[in-house]
Amino acid sequence: MSGEIEHDQGDLWEVFIQEDDNAPHTHAGSIRAADPEMAIQNARDVFARRGKAKSMWVVKSDHIKATTPDDVAPFFDPTADKIYRHVQFYKHTLDDELWKKR
Amino acid sequence: MSENIANLEEQFNRRIANGETIEPKDWMPEKYRKQLMRLISQHAHSEIIGMLPEGNWITRAPTLRRKLALLAKVQDEAGHGHYLYSSAETLGISREEMYDQLLQGKAKYSSIFNYPTLTWADMGMIGWLVDGAAIINQTTMAKCSYGPYSRALLRICKEENFHKKQGMEIIATLIASGLKGKEMVQESLNRFWWPTLMMFGPHDTNSPNSAEMMKWKIKLKSNDELRQRFIDMTVEQALEWGLTIPDPKLKFNGKIRSWETGEIDWEEFNRVINGNGPCNHERMGARRTAHENGSWVREAARAYEEKQRLRNISAA
Ligand SMILES: [Fe+2]
Ligand SMILES: [Fe+2]
Repeated sequence: MSGEIEHDQGDLWEVFIQEDDNAPHTHAGSIRAADPEMAIQNARDVFARRGKAKSMWVVKSDHIKATTPDDVAPFFDPTADKIYRHVQFYKHTLDDELWKKR
Repeated sequence: MSENIANLEEQFNRRIANGETIEPKDWMPEKYRKQLMRLISQHAHSEIIGMLPEGNWITRAPTLRRKLALLAKVQDEAGHGHYLYSSAETLGISREEMYDQLLQGKAKYSSIFNYPTLTWADMGMIGWLVDGAAIINQTTMAKCSYGPYSRALLRICKEENFHKKQGMEIIATLIASGLKGKEMVQESLNRFWWPTLMMFGPHDTNSPNSAEMMKWKIKLKSNDELRQRFIDMTVEQALEWGLTIPDPKLKFNGKIRSWETGEIDWEEFNRVINGNGPCNHERMGARRTAHENGSWVREAARAYEEKQRLRNISAA
């Protein structure tokens, strides 16, 4: 509350929507609400006014653990030199040759 | 320390020049943050106050079809306000603070919403002109450098075309209905034309922060450039409908294939933006009343949440 005006806009929630069958839930934005029921109703009214929603999640923003820009580099770095995790690492020409001979 | 900041700022500028988006937790210059807060919160307030002139006609819409369209449009504008308030919140200002600024009359919002809606034709005019101008602004700004604002704008842009088109349908219907309808449209155009041109803001020469905001990509085209784009598009449409743009100096420049207009009344613009337009007091009064009337709902919602939470604890 600040000044003489009463404000309680509720807590901050993040909204995730699945738009099509077999699509992942993607972040749509945030809303304010006092409780989970109200959160999901507000999320529908704000982010799904035109169909295009198969499923919806809401989660309190402060329940999300996220990376920060500062720790991103050391956190993701270990995968950078593991080129054997990529398809480009492997050659299959020899296999094809073998295959043709059979 | 200051060398460090200079370094960070150089890095930041490089990222923007490379077309990267800035996300909430990234380092940003204080001024970038402040400019964005101002920009996004003003935009959010405009969506919310912008509901009032149209809300004025919901109960008097001439048919059920029009009433449904107007309700849906006004509800969209509330949604736009929500997208924008939450993207401003990512910069570290709370929604409560922004509401406070608006309710205490300290915040600015688009000057256009301080004009009255006197006839049904104004509903068509707002969709055609005001949403039309907003589309030009918003599609440009959707490419801005700040991720949360850019994403909110993309969502908004998807919904705006319906707003403009339902307005144009209202106008076309009135014009087709005969002379009286067309007169009503013309009279409304006479009132809304100039205030709509003012929506794009002062001339580039009077826009002191422009250069820096352009460098940071929180402004992508100049006010005059966007205004001209709007004029060229809208004048053609008006002529097609047989309407007259209320500007005796309006003329087509064939060399640059563009319409030249007379001068905007900047005194009027300053008067309205600084709180003394025809409806500023009414708008703020309505907003405050709505906020106060919603007070018991917010209290009840909080009390319910607390009760549920205590019940869950004792059940566990
Ligand atoms: Fe809008
Ligand atoms: Fe709109």
